[in-house]
Amino acid sequence: MTILLVIISVILIAIIVVQIGKVTELAAKIRGEEEMQYEVNRSQGGYMILFLVVFLVGCVVSAFYFKNYMFGYGPHTPASEHGSILDKMFNVTLFFTGIVFVITHILLFYFGWKYSARKGRKALFIPHDNKLEIIWTAIPAVVMTFLVVGGLDAWNEVMADVSSDDNYLEIEATGFQFGWNLRYPGADGLIGEKNYKLISSENPLGQNWKDEKNLDDFLATELVLPIGQKVRVRITAQDVLHNFYLPHFRVKMDAIPGMPTYFVFTPTKTTEEYRQELKGYPEYNVPDPADPEKMLWETFEYELACAELCGRGHYSMKRPVKIVSQEEYETWLSTQSSYYFSNIRFKENDPWTDKLFNSEVEKKKDLFTTAFAVENIGKDLPVEGIRFKGDKEVSLTGSSKEELILLADMLKGKSGSKVKLSVTVPSEDNNLIADAEGKANLIVDVLIANGVNASQVEVAPVSVAAEDNTTTKWVFTLLGAGLSL
Amino acid sequence: MANVLTAAPHSEEDVLIEQMGYDDHFHEHHDGDKFQSNFITTYIFSQDHKMIAKQFLITGMFWGVIGGLMSLVFRLQLGFPEESMAWLKPVLGRWIEINAETGMGALSPDFYYALVTMHGTILVFFVLTAGLSGTFSNLLIPLQLGARDMASPLLNMMSYWFFFLAGLIMFISLFLNTGPFSGGWTAYPPLSALPQASTGSGAGMTLWLVSLVFFVVSVLLGGINYITTVLNLRTKGMNMWRMPLTIWAFFVTAILGLLSFPVLASAFFLVMCDRGLGTSFFLNEIFIGGQALDHVGGSPVLYQHLFWFLGHPEVYIIILPAMGIVSEVLAVHSRKPVFGYKAMVFSILAIGFLSFIVWAHHMFMSGVNPFISNFFVVFTLIIAVPSAVKVFNWIATLFGGNIRFTAASLFGIGFVSMFISGGLTGIFLGNSAIDIQMHDTYFVVAHFHIVMGVAAFFGMFAGVYHWFPKMYGRFMNETLGKLHFWGTMVGAYLIFWPMHYIGMAGVPRRYYRFDTFQSFSQFDDMNKFITIAAIITFGFQLILIINFFYSIWYGKKVTERNPWGATTLEWTTEVDPGHGNWAGKLPVVHRWAYDYGKDGQEFISQITPLKEGETNDH
Repeated sequence: MTILLVIISVILIAIIVVQIGKVTELAAKIRGEEEMQYEVNRSQGGYMILFLVVFLVGCVVSAFYFKNYMFGYGPHTPASEHGSILDKMFNVTLFFTGIVFVITHILLFYFGWKYSARKGRKALFIPHDNKLEIIWTAIPAVVMTFLVVGGLDAWNEVMADVSSDDNYLEIEATGFQFGWNLRYPGADGLIGEKNYKLISSENPLGQNWKDEKNLDDFLATELVLPIGQKVRVRITAQDVLHNFYLPHFRVKMDAIPGMPTYFVFTPTKTTEEYRQELKGYPEYNVPDPADPEKMLWETFEYELACAELCGRGHYSMKRPVKIVSQEEYETWLSTQSSYYFSNIRFKENDPWTDKLFNSEVEKKKDLFTTAFAVENIGKDLPVEGIRFKGDKEVSLTGSSKEELILLADMLKGKSGSKVKLSVTVPSEDNNLIADAEGKANLIVDVLIANGVNASQVEVAPVSVAAEDNTTTKWVFTLLGAGLSL
Repeated sequence: MANVLTAAPHSEEDVLIEQMGYDDHFHEHHDGDKFQSNFITTYIFSQDHKMIAKQFLITGMFWGVIGGLMSLVFRLQLGFPEESMAWLKPVLGRWIEINAETGMGALSPDFYYALVTMHGTILVFFVLTAGLSGTFSNLLIPLQLGARDMASPLLNMMSYWFFFLAGLIMFISLFLNTGPFSGGWTAYPPLSALPQASTGSGAGMTLWLVSLVFFVVSVLLGGINYITTVLNLRTKGMNMWRMPLTIWAFFVTAILGLLSFPVLASAFFLVMCDRGLGTSFFLNEIFIGGQALDHVGGSPVLYQHLFWFLGHPEVYIIILPAMGIVSEVLAVHSRKPVFGYKAMVFSILAIGFLSFIVWAHHMFMSGVNPFISNFFVVFTLIIAVPSAVKVFNWIATLFGGNIRFTAASLFGIGFVSMFISGGLTGIFLGNSAIDIQMHDTYFVVAHFHIVMGVAAFFGMFAGVYHWFPKMYGRFMNETLGKLHFWGTMVGAYLIFWPMHYIGMAGVPRRYYRFDTFQSFSQFDDMNKFITIAAIITFGFQLILIINFFYSIWYGKKVTERNPWGATTLEWTTEVDPGHGNWAGKLPVVHRWAYDYGKDGQEFISQITPLKEGETNDH
């Protein structure tokens, strides 16, 4: 039905258009074509002037109307150090091009009106004028030189990479279909290696865990940066091209699979400061459509977007960006935990099972010291890392041994301290039970070899898990704590 | 109407050509004209450049309507995301997704991007390259040079049919199950090279590549012909400095095409290898669809270099013919020589040359070494100089003229306005420092649509209105033409001017929805406004189409050879020239193409000999 209506209306319009055409041709015939042409020239010349005025006024009025939305104007002064250089370049260019725009348009349409053909007038014969042509070749050349010099100066300053003696924070942004992975370097300030072949659901970036720089790296769901800190973003992509775009900071750079790029910038305005600036403008004192309780300025957030077409979800690659004070940043840092220690440690792909890291040793010592207390008798001890390696020659992993040695340190020389080792196997299987008994002996051997008295360790009979379970579980329970019985 | 100003006797041209013309014995060899003996050889597999020009024009118009309608569909989605588009389901089928609960129909993002991609590809290649340069190079090169036809009419015919084939394949891709290609008209890998990256990158991309390879063949066949014809088939007396600016523009355009399109073809072949043969020209370390691919060592940036090595000359391939047409139309209708003919020629040559060393200004933010960008900024901004010279010369051409407002001259003036507006924003974007913020925002969309979209269309429209009498022996209706002009002029500015503001607010292009981002979602009203303006402006193009087809059969008849009172050779033929263009001898040229208003005469045709003591200095 709609299609039919569309077809009918198109046909009707066509008939009207044809009729208008016919009528004017008829009128021209009646009134004489020459007269008609002069009249047309007069009216079209008039339209030229009308258009010129409406156009130029429209440009100015609309520009003022939208001023407070555009970057570089109103509340949208840049939130980064280099941003103001770029905005200045924009305005310088706008100044020169604006002059050219207005002058050429005035001349173009004014000439159109002024020199429209009238009866009895003849056109001038001016094929060329070398002097004029030299002038209007030279003027653009000079202006362009000026803009090129200014532009390149700004460009090379803004795009300069960090130098080795700079104090900068390096983070990594990886674009994927459709989102961004943001990686922070952790305490060492260094981003670890990654390899796309290692990417899996447990390892979204393909971090190479053998690289110790990776161990303290953490992934964040939002980009949080301290104000005034020089930031070098290392920009990469996982699948197709993306573009790391921070509009408020005048930051933009393609993300390319297999070829890291970078952008260096320094945030100069906290999110809160930006909100306060927006507050002063009526455009942002309207309720936020997404949250009508609040004004637009209150809900304002910096945003990270994608600016390179990357597929069907290109428009949705958002991550919030927060610029905070140094103290807030440190508070936030303390809530973030290393991806390796939360998700990889002691799992299948952990390459570091042969040792405990110093940080883990310190932590374990603290935990054991707290756990060995009278009130904890009967409770399980925080021994988490009992793992074995090898098929024929089964032995404890290095990290397990280190943990057991720490446990031994707690028991050594304190005849009053006593623990029970119990093991639960997944199913009623004689092989499994025999295996578990053997492994229990290995554990006890390590403890005894490190100064623990055999009487301090009680080994419970192997038990079978009530519910189906896939792994063998080792549990140490505190039976006594103190110097003597 | 215009002919009242030029009361030249009907047969003056014939007399002159008969007396002074050059006899190439054409008609002795072509008796009976075996080229145009039946319907098929006259209208379908024609080797006559005038018919091929019409074929290019009408095919271009067909694609213009398709590409324009596509833009309306995605503009509807952008402007009115909350309105149901279920009513388009009968036309667009599966691509309109109906929400089962609310009954709301919306364009799927995949199809949105497919439409954007097709709109760009179709408009850039099929309409503004083939439809513009193909039409007017074919029509005017032999006619304005005094040649019987192109150097190779057969290659010329093949050029059209390869274009037709390219169009056919592209059209078929619209009906694929997985949809046409949807990765943007620039087709950057890896998105375009990996079928698993998007639905359109499967069969849609394969057909897109095949189609455009045929298109490259078409451009090359045409280009070789244009260049050869301009160099070899100029009539007696037509030295290069007497050629109209149209010919200079088509000539340089053809050279640009010949040098740059093969590079595009090479990029396409390498993409095909990456897609089909497991090579890694453009692919490196990719993890997609839960799988790490084996491709290593390639560079997606390399593709961008190859693509833009064509892509930038391509925008001049689009705009130069429009510039040439506008130079000619403004001179004829203001009854004045084009100002600074030689400066205009040198500008065309300078633009043509510079267009080859600026391609990486599309890639400032692509991850190329920032140092390299320095060179491209310099060369890019140098282009502003010859462009400015051209603008000043057009304005100076109007100065002191006796301007006859016809649809053609109005579009010529409109072209200059658009070229200024769009050209000036190029100075922002060509400066890499400013491009950091502006790259891939709506500011870019506004810039290139005005400067190479609307401006090139205006040049094309000016050409259509101006040479329609030569093509069909009838006039198009002038009133409708003026209505078409003002509607398009105002409409185009209403569509694209606000996009500058949106772009300056940082809104990226190629976004299916804006509501994900607070910063980008402040322009709902403006997006509605732009969509409505686009629909109305498209409506004004229907006036052109109706006027065009109505006038072919029912337009006012052209009664004399030179209705506009022009100096160039195409107006010395019969009103409806047959194959071979001139009935008897070929005209001989004695002067440049712009003797308007000289020595108190309205105009002096190029075939008029110099008077005693008259110099032809310009």
